Amino acid sequence: MRFEALVEVRLRPGIADPQGATIERALPALGFDTISQVRAGKAFRLTVEAPDEMAARGQLDELCRRFLANPVIEDAVVSLEELP
Amino acid sequence: MTAAVGVVVFPGSNCEHDVAEAVAHLGGEPRLVWHADRDLGPVDAVVLPGGFAHGDYLRPGAIARFSPVMSAVEEFARSGGPVVGICNGFQVLTEAHLLPGALQKNSGLTFLCQSCELIVASEESVLTEGVPCGTRLSIPINHFEGNYTCDERTLAELEATGRVVLRYAENPNGSVGAIAGVANDRGNVVGLMPHPERATLPASGSTDGAVLLSALLKSALGRARV
Repeated sequence: MRFEALVEVRLRPGIADPQGATIERALPALGFDTISQVRAGKAFRLTVEAPDEMAARGQLDELCRRFLANPVIEDAVVSLEELP
Repeated sequence: MTAAVGVVVFPGSNCEHDVAEAVAHLGGEPRLVWHADRDLGPVDAVVLPGGFAHGDYLRPGAIARFSPVMSAVEEFARSGGPVVGICNGFQVLTEAHLLPGALQKNSGLTFLCQSCELIVASEESVLTEGVPCGTRLSIPINHFEGNYTCDERTLAELEATGRVVLRYAENPNGSVGAIAGVANDRGNVVGLMPHPERATLPASGSTDGAVLLSALLKSALGRARV
């Protein structure tokens, strides 16, 4: 089976995010008065081949833990979609 | 006897020759080691220099930590060998879990290239042995991701066990505890954001970096060659 995955790497709660804060400070000048809590992160799109969804998730979790995210400051969230 | 210092060169390193010049100036013998080598050769100390290893892609140091030479660096460190990471080298050591914490973007979101006043905070490391606590050193920084971060428990442990090695007199980048350099629990692995090799030769304005690199050479000679 083939899956398309979206991996979102984000700063853990409580870790300062000067980039998100700077983006947020620019919002009022653009007229976006109702938007707040901006956090900047990274997103990766990739394709995984695995016998089933659980195996695909297992591989991606390992990839995030060892490489895509730095667990000292970041979390990763994986979403999967089976490809036809 | 001369201390042989292995200076690891990753694709994108750019301070290896500065480190080599500084080491040679202080009487050491620099040896450049390519990142794809699995062997460090006969060295008494290892320096991971500054630059942008593997383009700093993903995160600074995230790809460099998987370079073949890093297994040898880890083994050298485990055997008690002196290992120092400068700037990007510090980032590589944290990614490789040889040092705790992580280096985030500077709190002001600007690249910083300036002289910095540092204060020696611990003598318990291969880079500061014999340099009294409170010693002030003027050494330049040159980084975007130098904002040292770790969880509160780690910070408390670092502080309590004398593993904060260097602090900024004026915090330029938002680092917790104004930390400019830390050591591992044995004191033989040290990472720092400032560049002592750029303050070693008389032409570079300050020669305060020589204090740290001389201490490293002394530590290197103090142990049997691996």
